[in-house]
Amino acid sequence: MPAAAETNTMRRTEAGRAGGDVRSDLHVSFEERGSDGVAIELQSRVALYYGEVIRQQVRDVLRSLGVQHALVEIVDEGALPFVIGARIEAAVRRAGLGQAKSALPEALPLPAPSARDRLRRSRLYLPGNEPKYFINAGLHAPDAIILDLEDSVHHAEKDAARLLVRNALRAVDFGAAERMVRINQLPLGLADLAEIVPQAPDLILIPKVETAGQVSDVVGAIDSSAKRVGITRPIWLMPILESALGIENAFAIATASDRIAGITIGLEDYSADLGVARTPEGAESLYARQRVVNAAHAARVQAIDSVYSDVADAEGLLRWGQASRAMGFEGMGCLHPIQIETIHRSFAPTASELEKALAIVAAYDDAQARGMGVVSLGSKMIDAPVVQRALKVVARAKQMGVATEQRAPSGEES
Amino acid sequence: MSATVATAGLVTNAAGRLVPTTVNDREQTPYQGVDGHRPKGHKAAPPIRSNSDYPTNGNKRVPDLETALRLCELRDGMTISSHHHLRNGDRVALTALQTAARMGAKDLVWFPSASFPCHEPVIELMKSGAVHHIEGSMNGPLGDYCSHGDMRGLGVLRSHGGRWQAVQDGEVHIDIAVIAAPTADVFGNADGSHGKSACGSLGFALADSVYADRVIVVTDNLVSFPCVPWQIQGNNVDFVVEVDSIGDPALIVSGTTQITRSPDRLRISELVARFLRDSGIMRDRFSFQAGAGGIALAFVDYLARMMKAANVKASFVRGGSTKYLVDMLNEGLIGHILDGQTFDLDAVRSIASDPRHIATSPFTSYNFHGKGNFASMVDAAVLGATEVDINFNANVVTHSDGRLLHGIGGWQNCLFAGCTILAVPSFRDRIPVIVDEVTTMTGPGELIDVIATERGIAINPLRQDLLDAVKGKDLPIRTIEEIKAEVEKICGGKPAKPRLLEHPVAVVKWVDGTVLDTVWQVADENPFAPKVSGGE
Repeated sequence: MPAAAETNTMRRTEAGRAGGDVRSDLHVSFEERGSDGVAIELQSRVALYYGEVIRQQVRDVLRSLGVQHALVEIVDEGALPFVIGARIEAAVRRAGLGQAKSALPEALPLPAPSARDRLRRSRLYLPGNEPKYFINAGLHAPDAIILDLEDSVHHAEKDAARLLVRNALRAVDFGAAERMVRINQLPLGLADLAEIVPQAPDLILIPKVETAGQVSDVVGAIDSSAKRVGITRPIWLMPILESALGIENAFAIATASDRIAGITIGLEDYSADLGVARTPEGAESLYARQRVVNAAHAARVQAIDSVYSDVADAEGLLRWGQASRAMGFEGMGCLHPIQIETIHRSFAPTASELEKALAIVAAYDDAQARGMGVVSLGSKMIDAPVVQRALKVVARAKQMGVATEQRAPSGEES
Repeated sequence: MSATVATAGLVTNAAGRLVPTTVNDREQTPYQGVDGHRPKGHKAAPPIRSNSDYPTNGNKRVPDLETALRLCELRDGMTISSHHHLRNGDRVALTALQTAARMGAKDLVWFPSASFPCHEPVIELMKSGAVHHIEGSMNGPLGDYCSHGDMRGLGVLRSHGGRWQAVQDGEVHIDIAVIAAPTADVFGNADGSHGKSACGSLGFALADSVYADRVIVVTDNLVSFPCVPWQIQGNNVDFVVEVDSIGDPALIVSGTTQITRSPDRLRISELVARFLRDSGIMRDRFSFQAGAGGIALAFVDYLARMMKAANVKASFVRGGSTKYLVDMLNEGLIGHILDGQTFDLDAVRSIASDPRHIATSPFTSYNFHGKGNFASMVDAAVLGATEVDINFNANVVTHSDGRLLHGIGGWQNCLFAGCTILAVPSFRDRIPVIVDEVTTMTGPGELIDVIATERGIAINPLRQDLLDAVKGKDLPIRTIEEIKAEVEKICGGKPAKPRLLEHPVAVVKWVDGTVLDTVWQVADENPFAPKVSGGE
């Protein structure tokens, strides 16, 4: 019925959520009109305080997107400005408007670029379409936050989440946390990269990687996007291996690009691929995790473990983290901020480990100062690899803020 | 007197707030500063009674509430009081008022120690003329009714200690006290910690039992004399009424409240506990006060762990008691619980059986016109607030839109603790909690020492000792102005101030009975304002 379709061009589109227990989000309903400018109907928890500010923002966003006449109906549950902008833009784009334009929130100064081998003990997952968790995520001081566009976002909301994450990268202060984004598998991930890369995230997590070629595709997309907007600072990569084939190709994947900072493993998908259940002991994934550790070390990149899903079980998490560190992992994911402190504790060197390492480093420094090639501690000779390991332990402990002053010899303790 | 006349009937008090000089036909003293007002004279007293007028066998039972009210010579304009230990499960207060209304009484003043959403039907009694106004906390629908200027008299908001003070000093004369009692005997001895409707302490009813002209005890668990322990002494009681049920047990006490999983609330709670530890306030034999709110419960959990790690024990804890405090008592981490309000089943069981878990009253804990009280002996109190301003003044009674939202509870009284900490998020939804000036001043900033938010801890510059104590510690200490500026940036600028009309709807009393601030009629509907579940 072409005639009916013709009269129906004033299509109503929607974005975001409101009602029920929704907080810090909003529902936008958008309808382009032929004339009469922009009409706004606003219901907001904060109308008495920010009603005028919100109306002005609606007009500004529509102007940026080239929309002149429209009806915008908003039910707002106290969303912050970066969320309001993203939801309006999503509704407008769903109407087929505003293409090749965008309404970007004012950008905070970019934090310093991240180092390839920086600490990545804890990476806090933030569902990409749930803005209420964004604003305070950095306060919990994880080593990184992951704005997730993949599994935590419903297929129908991928476009909206992408805009929300883009705005968050500009407008939200994540503190000292490294700003990571988990994109979708290609080709959907290409659209993610187009929005995300211009905001200079520190690291992109690539899901379900099985071949080195998949990494190259992502590198290509990042490079062209970064070049277009003039971003020269590094955007690191962390492929996630989540299948038997991915595990088999671990070394090839880990060496697919010099942008790779680490590789990690997704245990839910991996055990599903094997057709086995996940157990608390994790026997079913032991080989895969060891394989990841070995491939990562062979490739000189970080090995990062999966998440521990039982958020209420702090003791289980501590045991898992300690075992994970003992296997050679440098960090893991976390699902709730209360896991962060426990994870940091489990990946810190133990007191006796640190004490030993400090003694060896002191002996090494002493030998260096005296021009001696052989390091010895008491009557024992220390092998070079042991010295190397001790140096690494002390360097990491310093990064973690653990005291690395060598303790006074016993007898002189205060 | 620092007060100056501003407009007819209104003066500016020592806190700089405009307050009425007359409230419900009674002349008022404007706030004179924290310690400025020194009362003179003698306490109020109930009339002398004679044993000759009471049954020698001690049996004061009458068949029903209506009979009791008739024998109390119920008349128009009387003040009827009730307590709120049954919280949102209470059936007695409303029944008493409805019965009085049915008997034809008009223009009653309801004087509850707090109101809850279950008391919403009192609005109908105000519309019909049976109830003239409420002197006590109002929130939810009752708060809205008052905030819109629909109540005939002015609301009077008092702290728990202020309510005792007002009764004791004769500012409020209770004609008839109706005391819901989970257990009682025919003589009128009453106890809250036993029976199917057990609520623990009955402390809020104590003043009513001592000072009211007439006292009615209503119980659904009549036991043979003597009812022990007797939190309410039968010697003060005129009549005893037995009913099927005084309330809904499920709403009187809760099951164990789970500790919040909100990351931001947990962070605030942990910061408060770390502040107490690192400032040295958490030391052996210290004492603290904490409530049963989300942040308070989590704070107690963190503090218990830190106390264990440091091998520190508290001498006593004041407050609303919960399973978490009871666990600490049983583990030997605290010596005594001084209980003003008993929140969950574990706490009710504990107060009924453990002599170290003691029921207190606003007289022992909070009354400011006495020879000291427990609240000021506490080393640290952790409280909430709806708003805080850059001078550390705080609001607990109204929302930022001016609507009545909460009662004062023991909040004002707890400000006299050695260190008062307000544990609050820096903004709720998009509404900043730290503002230039609070909508309603409930507590003066000079008594508020620390504001703990998820974005950092601000210490009142008046407390140089606390600033020194945490120097060099791993705590996010910031100025209140810094936190405020950061939040305004996140929220998109300073919030607009909602319009309030120049028409008082209620006053906030200070702990000494002076008028601290005025609650003004709200001008605008705010249909999308956050919902309130009610409480003190």
